[in-house]
This record gives sequence, structure tokens and C-alpha cells, in this order.
Amino acid sequence: MASRSSTRWRFRQPSVIPGFGLALGVTLAWLTLIVLIPISGLIWRSSGLGWSKFIELTLDPRTVNALTISFGTAFIAAVVNLFFGVILAWALVRYRFPGKRVIDAMVDLPFALPTAVAGIALTALYAPNGWIGSLLEPLGIKIAFTPAGIVVALIFVGLPFVVRTVQPIMEEIDKEVEEAAATLGANRFQTISRVLLPGLLPAGLTGFALAFARGVGEYGSVIFIAGNLPYVSEIAPLLIIIRLEEFNYAAATAIASVMLLLSFFMLLVINMIQAWSRGRYGYGS
Amino acid sequence: MEVRVQNIRKEFGRFPALEDVSLDIRSGELIALLGPSGSGKTTLLRLVAGLESPTEGMIFFGEQDASRKSVQERNIGFVFQHYALFRHMTVLDNVSFGLKVRPSNRRPPAAEIRRRALDLIDLVQLSGLEKRYPGQLSGGQRQRVALARAMAVEPNVLLLDEPFGALDAQVRKELRKWLREIHDRTGHTTIFVTHDQEEALELADRVVVMSKGAIEQVGTPDEIYDHPVSPFVYGFIGQSNCLNVTLANGEIWFEDRPIGLRAANEPDGTATLYFRPHDIELIDGCGGCLAGLVTASRRVAGTRHLELDLGRAHPSVEIELPPERATSTDHTRVAFRPTKWKLFRKEEKRGAAQQRVETPAAELARTGT
Repeated sequence: MASRSSTRWRFRQPSVIPGFGLALGVTLAWLTLIVLIPISGLIWRSSGLGWSKFIELTLDPRTVNALTISFGTAFIAAVVNLFFGVILAWALVRYRFPGKRVIDAMVDLPFALPTAVAGIALTALYAPNGWIGSLLEPLGIKIAFTPAGIVVALIFVGLPFVVRTVQPIMEEIDKEVEEAAATLGANRFQTISRVLLPGLLPAGLTGFALAFARGVGEYGSVIFIAGNLPYVSEIAPLLIIIRLEEFNYAAATAIASVMLLLSFFMLLVINMIQAWSRGRYGYGS
Repeated sequence: MEVRVQNIRKEFGRFPALEDVSLDIRSGELIALLGPSGSGKTTLLRLVAGLESPTEGMIFFGEQDASRKSVQERNIGFVFQHYALFRHMTVLDNVSFGLKVRPSNRRPPAAEIRRRALDLIDLVQLSGLEKRYPGQLSGGQRQRVALARAMAVEPNVLLLDEPFGALDAQVRKELRKWLREIHDRTGHTTIFVTHDQEEALELADRVVVMSKGAIEQVGTPDEIYDHPVSPFVYGFIGQSNCLNVTLANGEIWFEDRPIGLRAANEPDGTATLYFRPHDIELIDGCGGCLAGLVTASRRVAGTRHLELDLGRAHPSVEIELPPERATSTDHTRVAFRPTKWKLFRKEEKRGAAQQRVETPAAELARTGT
């Protein structure tokens, strides 16, 4: 759209910092090089399959199961992260306690740690003979080598996304708004649920979307803890690798394309909800 | 509802914000807390609201002791300087919030809540905007929403913290008039904080002048302006001049001559003479007067302000005259005498212990006419 010369002048706003053309040029060139070309390669590859073959490959029960597990566990992990991430951010923003800086820095660790390391560490903990696993085993709860293990690993890698997106918005919350709610007779629970949380909704959704997207694509940590049983705890990215190792490139690209479409669709929906709530609450205005 | 503040003291850490403040507020009164920043006026307001708890002292709402009650239990309406509206709620939801959060046994039915909220929106002249979000309103409109929201809970007392502080001059004046009308119509006991003396004097039934965590004077705007009880109030409210003078045999002397003012029962010694620029008379032929050279002259609306130099050792004095009587040329000699004035004796600083024994300056003061 932006490249159409007839409408282009409208994007140009007078500004103290010129360079619209340059900025947009760099943006498009960069996106094309880094994102669009690889992805279109993928789509081009899978489009070579033809519709019937493509549908046959994606409706293969093993593929459907892997996709369900990937998206399902990523969704559950993102929900858990949304809940606990908001509480964590709240503690970091609102209270002063010894070691606060250390905890604040620790939130970013899942970003930095090689995911394989995380996967191995979590497996060691949650395996039936691990510290936590041995406590849960008498209760009949198995975490490692089940889909629950995948959720645990995805919670680990997704945590920083929610905390880091919600934190700055929380810092901006005006204390007077809470006081206003209190003077109007709202108790603590009402103040939190009716005044504070709705204001955090757009940021929370962003964090949720990021954690979810990260979870769908996660590979390194999951393969160690999942057990990788086909139809039970096999994730879609792993299935892609397996197909590649079988030199079954068609099946690999088909799964990848479906993942891409599903992810894009879900992120689009989340983004639209966000844009709607932003416009409504007057953020950024 | 009457509000009684009794011997309230408030410290933040070790810093005292209020020291032994007592104040009686009558039911239905519109009262202003006026003072420079740091005088403790906002702290006093927040203590009444229950947003702060006093270090010592009590607050009564009517006959009830409210000091130990939480903010929620006090049933007050509070309006913040920066509105503090809930920005994810419409105007209607903002105004009805206080009623909606009530426990179900005290909550009116939904239709009744809506009707009351719409009535209030009508009262604050925002009919038709009830579906808007705060982000879509101007500053003045937002503050009116905030007021409607505070009044919706039928508060015992309405507390306004610099309600017009964030608005521009024009809107401010309008809202001021409008607030007075609303108050006259609804009759809520209202306390508002301001640092704008014009606002306080114009709007309030009574004004509480505060300085450094203590109340300097409580009175009607007339009393505050015409009979200030302390040098601080004299200086803070309106324009004033002060001159160092000496007293001898009941006569007031400025430098080496009497100025024609008598303070009969005052002991001899030094004092400070306060008078307002417009409370003076010009005198032809000076037989006991103040006289100075005009150093500057400005026309301000209906009067002319003259700045006079009374001698190098003294601060310059400003007087106001009708334009036709004032000579605008510089370096003319002008002789005048205050028609309304007040003397304040300096507390002599010999030591903390003795200072307390001395009669406070305010009681020594006499007003001449």
C-alpha cells in the first residue's frame, strides 16, 4: 500500500525529524530480507504439493495430534503466565523488599538461558526420581514425559514476556485512581477487579500473545521433558524435524505452513482485540 | 454533616506536616483551606478523607468518631486535582461506580442507579456525553465528571483537592461560579483546598488560612481580608506593604518623625506597620505623614499603582490611586497616610523558653481606622 505513489503523500506528516521515506524503506527492505523471503519460500514449497496432497498431509492423525498438543500446551502455558506474570509484575512494581533487583533480573533469565539447558534442568527436577517429581509420584501425578511437562517448560520460557509487557504499564498507574475507587466505597477486591485489571488488559494481552507465540514455536526445552511419544506428547516442531530426517520435505513444509497460518491468525485476532481496547480506553491518545 | 477536627497532628517519618490543628466545619458550609505549598492543607484534607491516618488527634463526622474508620466506611466524596477518572469506563459508568460497588443489601436496583447517575450528569451539564470515555473529554468536562462521581454516593462531606488547579484560567473561572451554584443547590458540606486566594475568597463561606502545618486564621472572606490576625495572613492575602516603625508615647514614628497615626495603648518599642495599597489618603502639606518619591507607575485596570521610595533603608511601598488623582511623572514627591493599618510587634528572640511566655504578636495588634 505504502508504495503506491497516488496515496503515498498522505503518509507524510510534517515533523521535526524528517526521514519518512528512509525509515519506511529500511523497514520494508529489512522485513523482506529477514521475514518475508524465508516464509514465502516455505509457502512456495508447500504450494508445490497441490491441494489434495496438502490436505491429506495435514489431516494425517499424527500431524493433527502434534498440532493440537503444540497449540494446546502453548495456550495453557500462556494463560498460566498471564496470571502469575501479572502478580509477579505487581510485586516488583508496588513493593520494596530486599533482593528486589535480583528478582527483577532473574525474570529475564529464561530469555538468556539456552532452552536445552532449561529443558534438561526441568526434566531432572520433574522426572519420577527428581526432587519435585519424587514428591508428586506418590500422589499419582506425572509431569515429565507427559503433556504437563510441556506446559511446565513453556511456562518457563514464556514468563518474561508477560512480566516485561505489563510492568511498565503498571508503573504508570496513577495511585489517585485507586484512592478514588476507595473513597467511592470500593473494597480492595473491587478496586483490583474493576479498576486496575481492566486498565492492564491491553498490555496483558500483548504479553499473552508473545508468550503464546513463543510457546508454539518452542523446541529446545520441550523435547527433553516431553518424552516425545507420538500421539501423546509429540509437538509439531519436533514432527517437522522427524519428517525432515526422513527426507519427507513435503510433509515437513505442510506442517510448517499450517503452524504459520494458525499462528498468524491467532496473533491477528489478539492484535485486533488489543487495538480495540486501546482505542476504547484512550491509551496513546 | 458537621465535621470536627480535634488536635490533629501528622508526621511523615520525622517531618511534621500538621501540628495540633483543630477546626470546626459547620453542616452545609463551603470552606476553603488556603495556604502556600507545604502548608499542610492537602494533608488535612486527606486526613478528613481517611486517605492518611493521623499521628495523634481525632476527627468527628457529626457526633461519630471517624478517626478509626477506613476510607470506604467514611462515605465521603473526593475530587482529585488530576481527575483520577477510570479511563476504561464511560462517563455513565464512572458516575455510577460508587453505587455499583455497594454491597447488595445497600445497593439500589440497576434502573435506579442509572437514573441517579443520569440526573447527576445532567446536574453537571454533561447530558448527552454519558457514553463518552474520559479520554474524549476536555479537562473542564473531566473535572465535572469527577464531581458528579463524588456526589453520586451522597457523601457526608465533599472534599476537593485543588479541583481547578490543572485547568486554564478561563475554564477555572467558569467552573468556580458553577461549583458555587451546585453547592447552593445541593447543600453538601464541602471542603476544598486551594493555593489561589482569589478562588478561596470568591467561593468560600469561610476561609482557613494555613502556614507551616498550622492554622493561622479562620474566618469569612471579609474577616480574612479586612482583619488579618497575623503578619503571615496580611502578607499572603491580597497586596500589602510593611514598614519598620517605632512607637513612642502612643505615636507611631517612621525614621525620625511621627507619621500622624496613634496607637494609644501600645508600649514603646519597635513594630511593623502593615497597610494595604488602597487603604491610604493623600495629604497636601505634610504635618505627620509618610512621603516618598515615585519610582514607577503602572495603570492596572481601574486604578493606578505607584511605587514609592521611602528611603534607601526601606523596601519600596506600593499605593493605589484613582487614575485622575495620580501624577504619573517620576520623581514626584507624594505624601500619604494609611487609613486602615495594623501593627505587629516582633517577638524578641531571647531563647525558646522565654518566647513561649511572651504574648503572641496577634494579641498585641491593634487596628486603626
